[in-house]
Amino acid sequence: MADVTLRKVVKRYDDVEAVRGIDLDIPDHEFVVLVGPSGCGKSTTLRMIAGLEDISDGDIMIGGDIVNDVPPKDRDIAMVFQNYALYPHMTVAENMSFGLRLKHYPKAEIKQRVTEAARMLDITELIDRKPKQLSGGQRQRVAMGRAIVRNPKVFLFDEPLSNLDAKLRVQMRIEIKKVHQKVRTTTVYVTHDQVEAMTLADRVVVMNHGRIEQVGPPSELYHRPATRFVASFIGSPAMNFVPCRIEDIGGTLHVRVSDTLAFPLPASRAARYNSVSRDTKLLLGLRPEHVADARSNSGPGFETFEATPDVIEPMGMETFVYFPLAGGQICGRVNPAVDARAGAPLRLAVDLNHMHLLNEETGTVI
Amino acid sequence: MIDTALQAKTVVKAAASVAKSDESEGMSYLESLPRRLVTLYLPLFIILVVLLFPFYWMGLTAIKPDEQLIDMETYNPFWVIHPTFKHISKLLFETQYPQWLWNTMYVAACATTLSIIASVLAAYAIVRLRFRGGEAVGVLIFFAYLVPPSILFIPLASVIQAYGLFDSPLSLILVYPTLLIPFSTWLLMGYFKTIPFELEECALIDGASRWQILTRIVVPLAVPGLISAFIFSFTLCWNEFIYALTFLQSTPNKTVPVAIVNEFVDGDIYKWGSLMAGALVGSLPLVILYAFFVEHYVSAMTGAVKE
Repeated sequence: MADVTLRKVVKRYDDVEAVRGIDLDIPDHEFVVLVGPSGCGKSTTLRMIAGLEDISDGDIMIGGDIVNDVPPKDRDIAMVFQNYALYPHMTVAENMSFGLRLKHYPKAEIKQRVTEAARMLDITELIDRKPKQLSGGQRQRVAMGRAIVRNPKVFLFDEPLSNLDAKLRVQMRIEIKKVHQKVRTTTVYVTHDQVEAMTLADRVVVMNHGRIEQVGPPSELYHRPATRFVASFIGSPAMNFVPCRIEDIGGTLHVRVSDTLAFPLPASRAARYNSVSRDTKLLLGLRPEHVADARSNSGPGFETFEATPDVIEPMGMETFVYFPLAGGQICGRVNPAVDARAGAPLRLAVDLNHMHLLNEETGTVI
Repeated sequence: MIDTALQAKTVVKAAASVAKSDESEGMSYLESLPRRLVTLYLPLFIILVVLLFPFYWMGLTAIKPDEQLIDMETYNPFWVIHPTFKHISKLLFETQYPQWLWNTMYVAACATTLSIIASVLAAYAIVRLRFRGGEAVGVLIFFAYLVPPSILFIPLASVIQAYGLFDSPLSLILVYPTLLIPFSTWLLMGYFKTIPFELEECALIDGASRWQILTRIVVPLAVPGLISAFIFSFTLCWNEFIYALTFLQSTPNKTVPVAIVNEFVDGDIYKWGSLMAGALVGSLPLVILYAFFVEHYVSAMTGAVKE
């Protein structure tokens, strides 16, 4: 077990900078998820920690030692790959024990470790099978088992669930979380799926264009995103953005989204946004759950308005309504009991206590 | 009323029979038997006849008594009456045929083994080790394969002479790899490329060295490729004529293809029975080899590593 530190790590391929000087401290036992769209540098970062890619600049430390030039086999790490990378010609037991056999561990110890890991992952009865005789989920377990038996300092996961179907993905997500709660090994997990990131991570690292946009616990990223990218990437359906401006109307601060629609800001928000220049082009950020039906949502900070939804998505426990506002499409979440129909006007309420205000030009949250 | 019920019953029955018979795949209903006969079985039959006729002729000639061989007026040339094993027994017990067979096998096995080992190392290095000019080397190796032996045998003969290897099986064991290595390397390069890169990266993290990755991961996975390279190389050595004719002189040292032509053709007298018996017995080891490994051979040419 060990902590992992990245100091100004850069990866260049000829002229392209895939990773642009990232700093990250991962304390011992932590489960960190690197998340971002494809090409954001998250996999490259993971492969640099693994030693599968050279680093162009900066330092990577595992357990306090700089490992820039240490080959993968001497870094004491284990990695789970997207396509599992099980050795097709070996049985499950041989796959799991390969690393230990290479290091000449005593046979009894190898057997004990493999049995223990197999029991933990519930694959004891598969131990003599070849990978091609296993289902996707079972292969995933074996790949994890292979990582666990090594008892490494750090676990690295490279999009391990993206080859599984939706149902199995949820199951394996829980499985991975359980395993981490048992073994407590420092884990770096790469995914493009924000749901995986939110559910698994102690801390989420959102990456974009080779840089870290924001690092924090899932709830912090969700409720206090630092940039427009983080705000729109985390959460499903994504946060709504409406072009707006700050205005003083009758002595109170309002946020104006169209010629006919302006909401008065609650006191706490008014104090925070008072210093914003009235000419700045802004974006009002609202999560779908903060655009709800007016009937069951009222109180200080709630402002009602009327909208005509053009699409309704009933999900069972909630209903999403999509309606045009200020030239954009807005998604709201209403109680399924509300009679929402496409084309019929609906009374909605926005919860301005949870609003975000962003600078349209810089994309930063104010 | 009864009529309607009956009608309904018939409809249900008809539907059931349609459902039952519909076990065909895709658009196979378009393929009637006469159509398949013309498009599939007839061409297949013609190809089989063309391919197998020489083999049939060889087998037939090997067991024909001499008088039937010569007299095609009295006897049907495509059939044999009173077959004899005289040619074969003469071949095995009155000539040095067993020795020639052993020479051929020894030379082919040694040259093939040598070539496969070199090809595995070369192909792995070209495909997986990143070095400047790796791609170019791959192409150049294929060019080497394109140089015909009928041009090379003259300069090679003086090299063999200079090293004092003339009339020694070692000359062939060292010369055959010049033909075999380029092809085997090319074939194995293609096969190694199909082995997922992640497997090697995973082994690297598991603590394997390059050599361990090659011997414990790549080679075991490339067995079908190795078998097909082996069969191809072995066949090429077995049938090779020009080098064997040039570099070997004394009768006991010869290989089968050269020996039967030299020993059973005397000026313009062809001992057809012995010639064909020699060819037939000589081709049997290869037939057995193919029969054992044909599946691997085909899968290596068409397939890839599947996890």
